Amino acid sequence: MRVKRGLAEMLKRGVIMDVVTAEHARIAEDAGAAAVMALERVPADIRRDGGVARMSPPEMIESIVETVTIPVMAKARIGHFAEAQVLEALGVDYIDESEVLTPADEAHHIDKWRFTVPFVCGATNLGEALRRISEGAAMIRSKGEAGTGNIVEAVRHLRSITGDIRRITVADGAELYDWAKRLQAPVALVREIAETGRLPVPMFCAGGIATPADASLVMQLGAEATFVGSGIFKSDNPAARAKAVVEATTNFDDPAILLKVSRGLGGAMPGLELGGLETRLAERGW
Amino acid sequence: MKVGVLALQGATDLHLAALSDVGATGVPVRRPHELADVDRLILPGGESTTMSMMLDAARLTEPLAERLADAMPVLGTCAGLLLLAAEVGDGRSDQRSFGALDIGARRNAYGPQTESFETDLPVAALGSPPMRAIFIRSPIIERVGAGVEVLARLDGNPVLCRQGRAWGCTFHPELSGDLRLHRLFCEETA
Repeated sequence: MRVKRGLAEMLKRGVIMDVVTAEHARIAEDAGAAAVMALERVPADIRRDGGVARMSPPEMIESIVETVTIPVMAKARIGHFAEAQVLEALGVDYIDESEVLTPADEAHHIDKWRFTVPFVCGATNLGEALRRISEGAAMIRSKGEAGTGNIVEAVRHLRSITGDIRRITVADGAELYDWAKRLQAPVALVREIAETGRLPVPMFCAGGIATPADASLVMQLGAEATFVGSGIFKSDNPAARAKAVVEATTNFDDPAILLKVSRGLGGAMPGLELGGLETRLAERGW
Repeated sequence: MKVGVLALQGATDLHLAALSDVGATGVPVRRPHELADVDRLILPGGESTTMSMMLDAARLTEPLAERLADAMPVLGTCAGLLLLAAEVGDGRSDQRSFGALDIGARRNAYGPQTESFETDLPVAALGSPPMRAIFIRSPIIERVGAGVEVLARLDGNPVLCRQGRAWGCTFHPELSGDLRLHRLFCEETA
């Protein structure tokens, strides 16, 4: 587990960018991305086009692995352990068991302990995060609402997770059992949080980051790195925006730098109001 | 004594925690005035390409080169070792390496994350037991200059070395909870 979690430690204060082609991957690396996430379509397009979203074709992931020197992640459907086996055989550096793809199993997530490759999973609250960790996830990302360019759900999920962590640190021994019951999570993990005041694995943020200020916001709320999907390649100037989000993630607590990198980026991706969505991706996962 | 940890991207937190555990004062370094204020420096693991670009963006490249030329004690781990090397293989043509260690290293030389591993590593300078060394997408040191002292090898390849006040390792001492290398780095050159 230390080897799996170790790579997540190396990605801290970095940006993991969604890419659908080798050309995108090169732009991401040129901008200073700490890793790329290979997927078939960015979430905004999955949302628009509908249909079943699956693991990307191997050739597409391989072309990205050959193009960049930074780690390459790829997405598998929730519960689809065979897609995960294919991705592990291909040699990706991390698997995202992701709600952005269409779930393959409505009750079970992948038993991630059975794999050598590490997994990241999404979570909307602390209970969901701890269930994923108990299944072997080596990194948690708050889900947000992918493909919307709207940061409100990411903020809700981060605040829910960090707020409950803070409350657990002041709970007494008896209350920890109640927390475990309410969170539907193993009491050993709840006790570990009470002792350390943090998740047992790194916590990153995904879903809705569209501007440098969005990246700064979620980092200030406790995220340790950022995932940016549609926000970069659905904007007017992906190369410039990618670099700006990288600098904003590194210098999230320096308003002067945030101001500087927020200039001259052209238009951000068009955003979506949550009320108008047909599908809430964040509700996938159990 | 203040020990800086470069905090642009990567595994800064665990180095700061290790420094605190050995009784040193660790401080994150992101700006030139913070670099000027530390007595020695750790360059952590992370992505060497990202760190290189962020060094330029933070205007730290020149001040860091000057401090290294002034023989500030420095420890580079994994990507940090690549920043100290003289030559980097399989990297980007525009990535910085400061040449504080006269070595050539090849980036991510073991392969993808599934080839990352941990192992017992005998280090004579640290005595027994061996270090528990964790290698994450680590580089391999392929050339060692005459002035470089190799302190540990794995399968014949150097994995821990020093030249004067510059130390470098291809593994992650901050991940294992074994504080001996941090202690040695803080004490040896004091």
